[in-house]
Amino acid sequence: MPARAVNDFTIRVATVNGSGSQSSNLVLTNAIARLGIPVAPKNVFPSNIEGLPTWFDVRVSALGYQCRARDFDVLMALNPATWQQDVAGVKSGGVVVHEENYSVKGDTFREDLTYYAVPFAALAKEHFADKGDLRKYLTNMIYVGVLAHLLEVPASTVEESLSAQFRSKPKAVELNLTAINVGREYARQLEKHDPFHLVPMSGKTDGLMFMEGNRASALGCLMGGCTVAAWYPITPSSSLCEYFIQYCDRYRVDKESGERNVAIVQAEDELAAAGIVFGAGWAGARAMTSTSGPGISLMAEYAGFGYFAEVPGVIFDVQRAGPSTGLPTRTMQGDVSFAYTLSHGDTKHVVLLPATVTEAYEFAMEAFDLAERFQTPVFVLSDLDLGMNSWLTPPLHYPERPFDRGKVLAADDLASMKSWGRYRDVDKDGITYRTLPGTKHPGAGFFTRGTGHDEEARYSEMPEVWQRNLDRLVRKHETARTAVPSPVVDEKKGRKVAIIAYGTTHHAVVEARDFLLEAGVELNYMRVRALPLSPEVATFVKRHDRVYVVEQNRDGQLYGILRTELPTHLIGRLESIRHYNGVPIDARAIIDPLLEEERAPAVIAD
Amino acid sequence: MTANLNIVGLTREVYKGLPTTLCAGCGHNSITNHLIKALYEYGVEPHKLAKMSGIGCSSKTPAYFVEQAHGFNGLHGRMPSAATGAKLANRELLVLGISGDGDTASIGLGQYCHMIRRNLDCTYIVENNGCYGLTKGQFSATADIGSTLKGGKANEYATIDICGLAIELGATFVARSFSGDGKQLVPLLQAAFSHRGTAILDVISPCVTFNDHEGSTKSYAYVKDHDVVLHTADYIAGGREINVDYEPGTVRDVELEDGSHVLLRKVDMDYNPADAINALRTIHETRDRGEFVTGLLFIDTKERDLCEREHLARTPLAQLDEEVLRIDRDEWQRLMQP
Repeated sequence: MPARAVNDFTIRVATVNGSGSQSSNLVLTNAIARLGIPVAPKNVFPSNIEGLPTWFDVRVSALGYQCRARDFDVLMALNPATWQQDVAGVKSGGVVVHEENYSVKGDTFREDLTYYAVPFAALAKEHFADKGDLRKYLTNMIYVGVLAHLLEVPASTVEESLSAQFRSKPKAVELNLTAINVGREYARQLEKHDPFHLVPMSGKTDGLMFMEGNRASALGCLMGGCTVAAWYPITPSSSLCEYFIQYCDRYRVDKESGERNVAIVQAEDELAAAGIVFGAGWAGARAMTSTSGPGISLMAEYAGFGYFAEVPGVIFDVQRAGPSTGLPTRTMQGDVSFAYTLSHGDTKHVVLLPATVTEAYEFAMEAFDLAERFQTPVFVLSDLDLGMNSWLTPPLHYPERPFDRGKVLAADDLASMKSWGRYRDVDKDGITYRTLPGTKHPGAGFFTRGTGHDEEARYSEMPEVWQRNLDRLVRKHETARTAVPSPVVDEKKGRKVAIIAYGTTHHAVVEARDFLLEAGVELNYMRVRALPLSPEVATFVKRHDRVYVVEQNRDGQLYGILRTELPTHLIGRLESIRHYNGVPIDARAIIDPLLEEERAPAVIAD
Repeated sequence: MTANLNIVGLTREVYKGLPTTLCAGCGHNSITNHLIKALYEYGVEPHKLAKMSGIGCSSKTPAYFVEQAHGFNGLHGRMPSAATGAKLANRELLVLGISGDGDTASIGLGQYCHMIRRNLDCTYIVENNGCYGLTKGQFSATADIGSTLKGGKANEYATIDICGLAIELGATFVARSFSGDGKQLVPLLQAAFSHRGTAILDVISPCVTFNDHEGSTKSYAYVKDHDVVLHTADYIAGGREINVDYEPGTVRDVELEDGSHVLLRKVDMDYNPADAINALRTIHETRDRGEFVTGLLFIDTKERDLCEREHLARTPLAQLDEEVLRIDRDEWQRLMQP
């Protein structure tokens, strides 16, 4: 038997989409976390309601790595269609638990693996013949019992996890527990001869909870004071709005009158959703839409309008592989350069880049403040990995700051002013003062249009007026540089090589840096959290000979933005590392190309 | 109160806007003047008016009335969505959308349909001239089959009837009028302001530059000869006594949601604007004869508007602060239980 592998391996559950394996997967994941062992689940699922293969990876990592592991060690094989492929993918020395009637010979017989055959279908038939449609769910719960026994998860822990999962359905707990016990009982007859063990530990998961990024963003909308939401359903962002609807149904309804402090519209398309957002933002409400890449394509025209007319609005883009159809359930950091300049004409938007569940929450709140402070569209770019996967995360904090409603003149303000102009840069920060419709003052009104307005919001096609306005918008963009979330830097003096990354790529960088440190490659790290880029980015690059820009797209989108915006003499220091196969980036995707490059680093001309 | 102040104490001057930049004789300018009259007589408070528009000649006109009010000149065909957002943000606003036939029936047809479907409380005027003016005279989707361009080219494609489509989609207020008929249009506009829900006003508004020639079915001459006037209208504000002499059976009294009335005095035939099927039949039959019918074609005062369906709070959403919108700490702690 190979050496003991404790609390550091990956379980892959291979099932068929629509077979109801999600609850089982989460019960198992949660039970492991309850042992105090950090765990990172990744759902790799098809664009399909029922029938196509789906995989659920549970990465167990005592060190707390949360990125996807490239390889897996323990296979729970419940899909005959992918049986061969799944066995081929198990890491040498690994374990295969499979439906008994799958044939283990030829390609599917590997001497370097341990096999456990379990008659899942027969057990389910024996115990749950009368359960009709529920049987397939219960079959999946049997697998939880088998794995829990093999990996030595105590029955009480699994039961706790199950109860938490079905908190609101006690009857379901009982039935599912029966299924888990059927699995556990069967597994007792198996002689364990594999090296994988789960051993309780402490100090790593205390007080943590599981949450998806989309749920956290929805909570950010709730606590950030969003009152108008408009959306068009699209994977992987739909759950963001759906969670927001759930929270609003609970918290934004007056119990007596039934009146709601929120309006949520399922729009006819994404451009209409954007129109609703900017109409509401213009009239003074905090408004948002959530979408994915194809949606922001349609929103481009209103995004440009919002930028030039200077209207607040928040756009969540939970990025997926794109465009069109095919890989809507696969992840990508594919919209960074598109969102940054979305629209025709000279446009540069504020873009926030959350990496964690905490940031998915905080940046959602922050986005509403920034949108109103800067009177402009603000994009929050997460991705499918952050948005739809469950992450172990500390509880989210209660916001201490009041809303920042920005420069809004009320009737009283106007009464005490000699005059005002909608687009006058009084404070020289590029941000002008606005009034809201409904402000009871004869001077409050102004005419909002996209391009072609002077400082008083009058129509103008004068070249100098237009150029002056474009230049002021640049000033506003410069002001935003230091107002958006600043980069997070982990730097030791003397290191000459560094990584720049953003969003969920962060989690692979964490693991890659540890590995590379062991291998003798010491790397500093800057995690960019927003566009426009902080001035710190240039000084960070300047302090290093080589900076690897790591991201999850084919063309190096942030790399491109850096090449455009950094001083020319620094551009040669940038290298690009890209991962773009649709599944979340793993550490090897950084380690391998970086090591290769570092063995023969590019010559720097300074 | 002097004679020239309206019920909110403002003069008619206040309801004017910047000088028009449209062509002399454009039907849209007449509509603007009728709007000024209607808004002044109705007594709209300028700060409560939200003037919304898309792109096109029609969409420029919000600059030409009630200069004090906020205006939103958005995107081509995408005004209904912005109007929806504005109304949801502040339900106290009187939302007045001005569109054209290209803006509504082509690029904006989707948003037009969905605004109606939601019954957004707004007045939506289509200044309909059957052609694109700013891009110099191409057909729009409301051009009639056989109608010709200035150069003689005939339209081969079916017309999209803005009113017929609206009724089919469940619109709650559908009227058609003519830019030259202020007597009919002004009270219809006021009834539209009073109506709670989407009020569609399709106003035939000839384009003097590109579509006023022989062969056009949207020219002044053609419209005057083929206008089938269903009724003249009188608008009686809520709370005022209805003091109009009429012979029994000649007038229909429609009570609007805010207690105001619109009195429809029949011209040739008795017409019941609560009958959607009859409205569609009338639209079809007149169109088949090369005519167009004007008046209040259809009204339904029972249907709830978007804000009611959404059970929206009375206080405008835009005015709510963190005290109201955030949940309290105890509830937050409960939510954050692992």
